[in-house]
Amino acid sequence: MALPQAKQTATDERLATLNMPDAGCTRKAREAALARVCEMGLPGRRDEYWKYTQPDTLVSADAPFAALFHNDEPPMFDEFDRLKIVFIDGVFSPEDSDELAMDGVSIDRLEDICCKDIHWAKELYGVLEANGQNPVQRPLAALNTAFASDGVAIHVTGKPAKPISLIYRHASETSDAILHHVVRVESGAEVTILENGPAASRFNKCMEIDIADGGTLHHIRAQGRDHQRRAATHMFTRMGTESVYKSFTLTVNGVLTRNEQVVELTGDDAVAHVAGACVGDGEFHHDDTVFVTHDAVNCESRQVFKKVLRNGATGVFQGKILVKEGAQKTDGYQISQSLLLDEDSQFLAKPELEIYADDVACSHGSTSGAIDETALFYLRSRGVSVREATNMLTLAFLAEAVQEVEDEALAEVIVTRLQDWLARRR
Amino acid sequence: MAALDQTQVKEGVDQETVDAVREVGTYKYGWETEIEMEYAPKGVNPDIVKLISSKNDEPEWMTEWRLAAFERWTKMEEPNWAMVSYPKIDFQDQYYYARPKSMEEKPKSLDEVDPKLLATYEKLGIPLKEQMILAGVEGSEDAPAEGRKVAVDAVFDSVSVGTTFQAELKKAGVIFCSISEAIREHPELVKKYLGTVVPVSDNFYATLNSAVFSDGSFVYVPPGVRCPMELSTYFRINAENTGQFERTLIIADKGSYVSYLEGCTAPQRDTAQLHAAVVEIILEEDAEVKYSTVQNWFPGDENGKGGIYNFVTKRADCRGDRSKVMWTQVETGSAVTWKYPSCILRGEDSQGEFYSIAITNNMQQADTGTKMVHLGKNTKSRIVSKGISAGRAQNTYRGLVSMHPKAKDSRNYTQCDSLLIGDKCGAHTVPYIEVRNNSSRVEHEATTSKVDDDQLFYCRQRGMDEEEAVALVVNGFCKDVLQALPMEFAMEAQQLVAISLEGSVG
Repeated sequence: MALPQAKQTATDERLATLNMPDAGCTRKAREAALARVCEMGLPGRRDEYWKYTQPDTLVSADAPFAALFHNDEPPMFDEFDRLKIVFIDGVFSPEDSDELAMDGVSIDRLEDICCKDIHWAKELYGVLEANGQNPVQRPLAALNTAFASDGVAIHVTGKPAKPISLIYRHASETSDAILHHVVRVESGAEVTILENGPAASRFNKCMEIDIADGGTLHHIRAQGRDHQRRAATHMFTRMGTESVYKSFTLTVNGVLTRNEQVVELTGDDAVAHVAGACVGDGEFHHDDTVFVTHDAVNCESRQVFKKVLRNGATGVFQGKILVKEGAQKTDGYQISQSLLLDEDSQFLAKPELEIYADDVACSHGSTSGAIDETALFYLRSRGVSVREATNMLTLAFLAEAVQEVEDEALAEVIVTRLQDWLARRR
Repeated sequence: MAALDQTQVKEGVDQETVDAVREVGTYKYGWETEIEMEYAPKGVNPDIVKLISSKNDEPEWMTEWRLAAFERWTKMEEPNWAMVSYPKIDFQDQYYYARPKSMEEKPKSLDEVDPKLLATYEKLGIPLKEQMILAGVEGSEDAPAEGRKVAVDAVFDSVSVGTTFQAELKKAGVIFCSISEAIREHPELVKKYLGTVVPVSDNFYATLNSAVFSDGSFVYVPPGVRCPMELSTYFRINAENTGQFERTLIIADKGSYVSYLEGCTAPQRDTAQLHAAVVEIILEEDAEVKYSTVQNWFPGDENGKGGIYNFVTKRADCRGDRSKVMWTQVETGSAVTWKYPSCILRGEDSQGEFYSIAITNNMQQADTGTKMVHLGKNTKSRIVSKGISAGRAQNTYRGLVSMHPKAKDSRNYTQCDSLLIGDKCGAHTVPYIEVRNNSSRVEHEATTSKVDDDQLFYCRQRGMDEEEAVALVVNGFCKDVLQALPMEFAMEAQQLVAISLEGSVG
């Protein structure tokens, strides 16, 4: 079917600016992804899945200008012993990165998976993204698969001693980065992956994660502060029997962020937790789009999203739990809440359930409102200033999402940062 | 109902619930009245639109209005976003106007109406003789000695057969008649309000309805009047291959009150039939309207053959401050339902409520819910929806709660529960929540643990467990509403109340 004219034009203009890397063994997957992009067209304002987030600047031919953000804070996770992998404007920087070697894991650059003949990565590249196009289209992810210029392949075979830390630095005011990572967690293996940094003026990142039976992946991400960057990220996770996936994202500012999580529970007794906390101030649009598919028995999924918004910031949540026929004993939970600190901010949510099995417990909740006056009064009556009291209540509100981080030391770091940022305001 | 009999019911689902659903699944109104009909030629085009208009003796402005709507409709596309699927409808392969031959000369009073028609309604439990009391009310302990009066407008295929108690209502100043009569007798009111809540080009089916609606009901309640009796319209589709397009317009002027009921049935047939209605309600200051529906169109057989496609647009506009509208619906029929009774809360302190029980069985599909659009300050809305799915049916709640920037201090509470009986059916929830100011509170809950905490606490304090307490609170609420239905379907609705929340999913 032909695309609407406006969509066709936008797609053509964007594609004209991109060159497919000379990609050897991933060529076939990339060409198939490009065909998907051409068939679907890039997202437009009239698409239902983009009802609350305008994709214009994510699909425009060139990346919009984004000033570099300077501050005196130490980078996130700086105090942690971790294996650092640094990308500057979407290009791997060997000088800034640690040596890509650690017990229990092998890490390679995407461009090396062909010459090193890394089978699993060759076979995974673009596969979960392609699966994730149904029933909802995610053209930006297909665009990523087709044109990703860098990325890493992480193969977890044991329990590495340190977290793997992906650091994205921003150096050019008009950089347009497309990164694609593939991760395979073998049976019984366990790893923590950290991500932080503004990355580029415009950042399109895709991560495909395949967790084998009994594998565990912890993912903790911090998306910059006070930064003009725009980002569209996708995480596609396929989970085997008794596997565990726990992801938490902290977002503080950024003009436009769309984080999509596509989780498919394909093995029995798997556990998936996806959480996010965001603090938006001023020109800020943040969109969490989550799609969890239960396709096995006795799995658990949990979505916890908290948004604090002020000065006209916008928070969006589109979450879905799909329980397929036969996925009995599913335990699905979803909560999205917003705290609106002033008149101008807005929260737009679409928390969906689609259930085809009768022996399941699925629940969802969504609330939105201002700060609790009674609680505020209580704190003030005990001598706490309005500002301090507001910060305390805000932090308490966000805590439920931060609690999803299992590692206490990491959770502590996140809470401390949040405290700092709330105290400073903008 | 063989399918349901063989269904393994999961542990924890109340047997009473299963039995009640099974009972509902047996269609009692599938018979047909043999009566001579006259049809307009098949299909829809400007000539048919003009023909319908002339059959109703409409003034020219009305004909023009319809033609403009038809013109728009030809440029529109059928919506496809609902979670329903059905074979493509051939809009040219059905009749848009069908009326009993005996209605050619309009009967001057109910005594002149064809006895066959009267018998039809009697069989449905809707006697059109004023001296008779409606079935289901008789013997009710709460009913006053003389029985409760209900005025009925009976619509048979494309025409209104008659309206009861018109004289008595007139004394109170209430106008209750068919819409075709209103267009002739009260053009100033119709002109002022028609199409102001559901604009002509609102959506595909509403636009089609605007072009070809044949009859429906009209209600006007003057300022300060509390309508002395319940008003109701009973829609019956009888003719084959015929679409029914009714139009209802209810105007509640300042400080007035009216309770309106709607019932509908159709014979059992192998081919699907289209029903595309539009209901508009206008509420001025301090007005209150209760609108209740028991929708029991033929749902198709066990294999999904036949049944009514129920594509309905219903909307209330709370224009005046402190006005209040309440939608209650019990949806058990139709092969496909596409229906979202909505509230525009424009006036300050206005309130909208939506209570729905939707039951689907066999191959039925229902995509239903509401829109609460908060525009005025301090507006309140409440949504309680229960969806029950059995057999191979699909049941979707789709709703919108929108708090506009100016709707300060507004409040919404939404609760949706779904229950699946058997492992071949589906239950879905698609809520849209848009909050554009911070003094409003919006809560959407699909868990059974978050009914009104105070009421829960009260029940639990008296020794009930949580499940019992929740069931009591929600069912108690439904019961209140359902008992207010004075028609024969009150009995049917009562059965539904037996359905418990046990084993429900979000």
